[in-house]
Amino acid sequence: MTDFLPKPSDFFVLPLDEWIDYLVKGILVPNLRPFFRAIQWPVDQVLTGLENLFNAIPFVVFVVILVWLAWRFAGRSIAVFTLVSLVVLDIVGVWPESMATLAMVLTAVLFCAVVGIPVGLMAGRSDTFATAVRPILDIMQTTPAFVYLVPVVMLFGVGIVPGVIATIIFAMPPIIRLTNLGIRQVPEELVEAGYAFGSTPRQVLIEVQIPLALRTIMAGLNQTLMLSLSMVVIAALIGAEGLGLIVYQGIGRLDVGLASVGGLGVVLLAITLDRITQGIGEASGADAGRRKLSGVAQKVKTLFGGKRPSDGDTATAGGTQASPPSPGEAA
Amino acid sequence: MSETQNVTKVDVVEVTKIFGDDPDAALERLKTGATREEILRDTGQVVGVNNVTFQVGAGESFVVMGLSGSGKSTLIRCINRLIDPTSGQVRIDDEDILIADDDRLREIRLTKLGMVFQHFALFPHRTVAENTEYGLKIRGVAADERRKAALNWLDVVGLADWADSYPDALSGGMKQRVGLARALTVEPEVLLMDEPFSALDPLIRRDMQDELIDLQRKFHKSIIFITHDLNEALKLGDRVAIMKQGRFVQIGTPEEIVGSPADPYVEAFTQDVDRGRVVTAGTVMQPFEGIPLGRTNVKSIATIFDGFDGPGVYVTDAKGLPEGLVMQDDVGRALDEGLHDVTYLVRKDFPQVDESMPLADFFGACEAGVPIAVVNERKRLVGVINPLDVFAQLTPGAASGAKVGNGAAEEATGGGTAEVAPPAGATGGDHGARV
Repeated sequence: MTDFLPKPSDFFVLPLDEWIDYLVKGILVPNLRPFFRAIQWPVDQVLTGLENLFNAIPFVVFVVILVWLAWRFAGRSIAVFTLVSLVVLDIVGVWPESMATLAMVLTAVLFCAVVGIPVGLMAGRSDTFATAVRPILDIMQTTPAFVYLVPVVMLFGVGIVPGVIATIIFAMPPIIRLTNLGIRQVPEELVEAGYAFGSTPRQVLIEVQIPLALRTIMAGLNQTLMLSLSMVVIAALIGAEGLGLIVYQGIGRLDVGLASVGGLGVVLLAITLDRITQGIGEASGADAGRRKLSGVAQKVKTLFGGKRPSDGDTATAGGTQASPPSPGEAA
Repeated sequence: MSETQNVTKVDVVEVTKIFGDDPDAALERLKTGATREEILRDTGQVVGVNNVTFQVGAGESFVVMGLSGSGKSTLIRCINRLIDPTSGQVRIDDEDILIADDDRLREIRLTKLGMVFQHFALFPHRTVAENTEYGLKIRGVAADERRKAALNWLDVVGLADWADSYPDALSGGMKQRVGLARALTVEPEVLLMDEPFSALDPLIRRDMQDELIDLQRKFHKSIIFITHDLNEALKLGDRVAIMKQGRFVQIGTPEEIVGSPADPYVEAFTQDVDRGRVVTAGTVMQPFEGIPLGRTNVKSIATIFDGFDGPGVYVTDAKGLPEGLVMQDDVGRALDEGLHDVTYLVRKDFPQVDESMPLADFFGACEAGVPIAVVNERKRLVGVINPLDVFAQLTPGAASGAKVGNGAAEEATGGGTAEVAPPAGATGGDHGARV
């Protein structure tokens, strides 16, 4: 039946695969190889630095630092969870791999932030730029992760650094999107207030927009971190090390135990990092920490019969009448 | 204040703002007389502000009143170029800021303009003091100096104790005080206020209005104030503009707006206005300088009553201060008895009001039924009020026919023809009483 009805491909076949193959092998690789090599260099430096650092820090010191961070920003229960996770990572025997993975992830996040935040800021301030960037981000996010690997291998070679680069590409969109969103969510009146008092666009960005967008930007950073973690396993396919490699080996040998241990390592690392960075994100949101403190101070003041927020009228509940300057006195 | 108003501070000339991708085409159509609706339908361009012209004097408070969508917020943003007008001129101290480059524009904003926003627009990540000193920080003032200035202005608005709190600890009224302090800290010559009190509870709103009036008495800023509340406009404005669909339909003193609305639109608004608060004694009075007591006698006073059906006339001393009231009945009796000296007929317990006093404040005095003496700021008699005119003013329908302002002068015939003052004073003195 269907044979009677013509399809476009009966007349014409678009050799898209051949074109892309030619684009990468024929144009990009021979001509831009030095360029791609140059990109690799800073990534390599940071990655090696972090790896050396994490390997140099004794287990106990590392645990103390991370648990303290968790305690400080995310509360006691997360601190306990962090402690348990790190101990489990060690006793199941994947501590070195976890550190390698952590180094890769943090390297990827660092480069995502360095590139993504400025791009997000620009997108937040320019509709034209945002419109131009959006389809690129869509492509980056929806292209299956494995698809990156082939061109990355061709352009950057095999190894841990190309793995990190693939991770960077995969994990970049959220930080760009959420930085853009954060800037756009700053109430228009506050931006106007900035300009009305004579600020330059740069001052508005630094004094008003970034501080108010910080919480959203931190949420973006958190998402980028999570995506990086999920990518490092895949990146093991092109020679990346760490927990991903354990999983990959487990699959290769049909070793359920090995694969599961690697998987567990990724999960524990992910949850720990997620909770800590979320905590940091919330604390950084427009100086929430300081505000919490001032709120406490306010309560203490109130407790001792001091001033409370009201206009000397019914604005807040339950005020003693001996409250702040009433409008009449104020004038 | 009226004496400082002759220096023009802000001069807005034929400002038009059209939103859309092709404003020039819409501008051409607007010039050929197309309406806002036609332009929207045919070109898709939105006319925000349509050919608005006004001047604000130094120390004057100019209120733009309009409903939402009337373009009033766009207009105020054209003045400090948060929105760039499509055409026209905005001159501040005779400098067209629409042609100023970015640096000059910032300098003007830094030094001459302060703005207060509807939703306060306080920076939540800064303390009250840091918010207040923001303009000075941008100007590059040293930290301790700007904090001192901020505390000073916070003290003026009564919030010095809250300097180190964050805005979220403050109630709405307090936030807007900070907004006001922030604008005043840059010592602006022009204060732009975009519906500053609209988001506040009615009681707090009234307090803030009173406070603004007090501040204005002390600091004499040029204020451009946006509101959708006509009562607020009439209370705060030396002059009020009514804005509708991007255009000014009327500019005038509060009494002109209420007394002679330019069109049914304005009139509809004024229906709900408490006239007793807007119309002043100076407006409803019949100009009359009184009869000098030393140069009159019973007979000459009697001749005055011949062409005049009021119950009594005022006599003054040599300086023009009101001496007392002479009633027609008493004059008749004195004539019958053949008396000559008026002095015995002068009643000293007469009602007296200042010409800037709103009707509502001396309403009670009208109930006695005797004419009320109106004096100027030097306590000289400048007119009299027939209580019936006051009652007429307070009934909306009657007032629009009577035309407050010039109406009073037209009716001021009869009473002592020679002594009647020129009607010029009828509206002249009254804005002095306002902000």
